[in-house]
Amino acid sequence: MADIRLEEVGHRYTDDWAVRPMTWTWRSGRAYALLGPSGCGKTTLLNIISGLLTPTQGRVYFDDRDVTSVPTAGRDIAQVFQFPVLYEEMSVYNNLAFPLRNRKYPRKEVDERVRRVASLLGLEEHLGRRARRLDAGRQQIVSLGRGLVRSGVAAVLLDEPLTVVDPALKWTLRSKLKEIHRDTGHTLIYVTHDQTEALTFADEVVVLKDGAIVQSGTPEELFLSPAHEFVGHFIGSPGMNMLPATVVDGEVRIGGACVGRAAGLPLPGERGAPGSTGTAGSVITGPVPGPRSAQAMPISAGPVRLGVRPEFVRLGGSGLSARVTGVDDLGAYLLVHAEVDGHALTAKTAPGAPVSGEHVRFERAFLFRDEVRIGEVVA
Amino acid sequence: MSDGRQKHNRAWWLVLPVVVSVAFTAIIPLMTVVNYSVQDIFSPFDRIFVGLDWFRDVARDPEVRGALVRTLIFSAQVLLIEIPLGVLIAVCMPRRGWTVSVALVLVALPLLIPWNVVGTIWQIFARGDIGLGGWAVNKVVNFNYTLDSADAWITVLAMDVWHWTPLVVLLAYAGLRSIPDPYFQAAQIDGASAWATFRHIQLPRLRGVLTIAILLRFMDSFMIYTEPFVVTGGGPGNATSFLSILLSKIAVGQFDLGPAGAFSLLYFLIVQIVCYVFFTVLTRSGR
Repeated sequence: MADIRLEEVGHRYTDDWAVRPMTWTWRSGRAYALLGPSGCGKTTLLNIISGLLTPTQGRVYFDDRDVTSVPTAGRDIAQVFQFPVLYEEMSVYNNLAFPLRNRKYPRKEVDERVRRVASLLGLEEHLGRRARRLDAGRQQIVSLGRGLVRSGVAAVLLDEPLTVVDPALKWTLRSKLKEIHRDTGHTLIYVTHDQTEALTFADEVVVLKDGAIVQSGTPEELFLSPAHEFVGHFIGSPGMNMLPATVVDGEVRIGGACVGRAAGLPLPGERGAPGSTGTAGSVITGPVPGPRSAQAMPISAGPVRLGVRPEFVRLGGSGLSARVTGVDDLGAYLLVHAEVDGHALTAKTAPGAPVSGEHVRFERAFLFRDEVRIGEVVA
Repeated sequence: MSDGRQKHNRAWWLVLPVVVSVAFTAIIPLMTVVNYSVQDIFSPFDRIFVGLDWFRDVARDPEVRGALVRTLIFSAQVLLIEIPLGVLIAVCMPRRGWTVSVALVLVALPLLIPWNVVGTIWQIFARGDIGLGGWAVNKVVNFNYTLDSADAWITVLAMDVWHWTPLVVLLAYAGLRSIPDPYFQAAQIDGASAWATFRHIQLPRLRGVLTIAILLRFMDSFMIYTEPFVVTGGGPGNATSFLSILLSKIAVGQFDLGPAGAFSLLYFLIVQIVCYVFFTVLTRSGR
């Protein structure tokens, strides 16, 4: 086990960066989720760590050992792919034993480990069957088992491993994975484009967009304090409301009405947060803002975008004037659609709460310029 | 219900063109051969029904038996050399980049040459006096395919390997290319050696194409005619006289249509049986 450190690592297949040069450390023993839309470079980043891909630039370190040019087999990394990859003519048992036998584990230990993984993943009764006779979901579980069977791996990389598994089993397997993580203390990096999966699984969620890490933090941090418009959109259901606003004389205005005072937050990277070293703008660790106004600094006048999560929009008798255009009753909560100054706005309220009222207030609103958070709205 | 049956019956008319053309090109000619094989024909008006006499004669003929054994050995050697060699070359071929096209063209070249031209090329190439190959081998060991049976056999075998291994290479290469990258990546992750990767990933996924390759190479080599006919004419003696060469000698050379018909049918039967056995064994072993 080791910290995995990327230094100025970047990769391009064509002229464009698939992974923009970044410096980043995966701490030993943590469970990470790497979250982002399709094509944002998640898999590329994973393959760089496992050595299936040599980055166009930069170095990869496991603790202090430079492994940039070490082939995959020499890195002690386990990786599980999106679709089942099996040795089809082998039995399930031999599939699970294969990575161990290749590494010359003693016969007795092979047997122990295979049986332990099989019982964890519920494969005991299938051990004697040919792998290719299983259904796709089970095959994927066998692939997963091959990733988990080895000891002392630097990290287990999981590339959307539950895509083909049916939804009911997904929950079970995800909690199994957490359990295994607790027991073995392996570093896990779990790639997904599904926020629920990421948020329920990980100690730390790393959000990737266009080949760059835009924010990382606990699920709570990403929800309460998005440092980038993309995090606002991507995390949360529905995503963050974005409204065009203007800052004039330190006041935030939407269509002429004042919604509060603008308070600047330190630019990302300026504070020495752990893991947020290096290339300006490429890595942002978003702490939950401390006591308001303590770190307030002026924001230059001009257009900004105001972001507020639907959970923090309050309907009522005071505030911005708004017009309710529709209500979706989703059982657990209501989604109220409204219009403010000609822009759509969604509010999430408890069922049974009054949806009337001509005004909205924002409880927790942030200001973005060029997609990056520059400040928040204070009373 | 009866409506549906009516429709199904009408559909048979659509099959008719195929039935007619197959009848004209295959069934009727084959029946003609069957007709010859049970009669002794002196002239169109003077013929005797002889039953299975010709079959008995042909099956007992030592010349036919000798040719059958030679042909079986030849086919076995062809399969034992060409299949592993073809797979080996396919595995070593590049997977991407401009070298792929170069390698494919080079490999496919022998397949583009007409069979009798292949025969002519090797007839000259293997000659000890003016052929490059024969001359070179002669420097090491004494080699003359027109006089020595073993030399003639080796020449014909080498020619077949040269001519037809590319087919196996192309089939195997296509099979290998169809294996998705994650399989090789998983093998790297699992620390598999090159041999283990071949044995557990590539070979199992080649089963389909190799079945086809084995069947094609068996049938083709078992029926080989043109090339040995051009190079050795079946000689020296009868060292390279395979079934097809003997058959054409009986049918066209001696015009013995009765024995030739019986011979053809037995020949046909052997090919069918061996192919059936190969196919069954190869597909069963995969289950």
